[in-house]
Amino acid sequence: MVEFWVNVFLVSLLVIITFNIMRNKRLIAIVALSGAYSLTAAAIFVNMDAVDVAFTEAAVGSGISTILFLAALRYLPVEEAHETRYPIWSLALCVIVGVLLIIAAFALPEFGDPNAPAHVHVAPRYIAESYPLFHIPNVVTNVLASYRGFDTLGETVVVFTAGIGVILLLSGSTLSMRLKDADTKSEENSDNASGDIVKNSGDDT
Amino acid sequence: MMFVAVLCACAICIIMLVVRASKGPSAFDRILAVNSIGTLIILGISLHGFALGRPEFVDISILYAILNFLGTLAILRFYPVPDASEENKQ
Repeated sequence: MVEFWVNVFLVSLLVIITFNIMRNKRLIAIVALSGAYSLTAAAIFVNMDAVDVAFTEAAVGSGISTILFLAALRYLPVEEAHETRYPIWSLALCVIVGVLLIIAAFALPEFGDPNAPAHVHVAPRYIAESYPLFHIPNVVTNVLASYRGFDTLGETVVVFTAGIGVILLLSGSTLSMRLKDADTKSEENSDNASGDIVKNSGDDT
Repeated sequence: MMFVAVLCACAICIIMLVVRASKGPSAFDRILAVNSIGTLIILGISLHGFALGRPEFVDISILYAILNFLGTLAILRFYPVPDASEENKQ
């Protein structure tokens, strides 16, 4: 009973925060509120016993994406542009898709139903076999690291590559930026412009 | 019963803080409000674990506390200083 009301409170808090984000004009407030949104969503996941999902939501949603938004905010003005349009067709499309999703949600199995399709397919085998086979106490870790090891490796490679790309873009060491730097420097001392470019592209890495 | 009362107190505090985070005149009000929302949610998770007899929820709260702290630190680190002084004047 208490758990039900905690869920009701948290979900309505999410709705309130969402409306605040929509109506707010200050970008820094929007970033701060979206951090609060992810922490609330993580609390909902904890309430539903999905602790690992909640960890990810808290780390990525509230931690890293807030930092990335703030880093991007340095290149933007403080306020959102004033002329906000409200296209009626987009609203209608959103409402229709939302109603369809709510109707589809009624066909989902009950929360925690032991006969749900997700619980009768391979999950019993994982629960029964995983500890005797691999001796890892957490079943979720076992599935991710042992049964789907190659899949997890691929995901890690993708995320790592994306992270390298973002770091390169934000630190400004792409080729065009380095050439621009070299140009401004060679204008200052116009002795050996071509040598400067080669030296700079080597130094910046 | 006491648990429910404390949870209700947390809920009221969170609602007031959300209002402050969205209206707050200066950016630092908002940062403080969001940080306090995080702290109250950590408190709620700990209470929840205490009421249901699951002490491992405290570990989750500790991790959230670290993330909350890091997030606030990042906001203060990245916040453009000239804009902050302009906002305070308004």
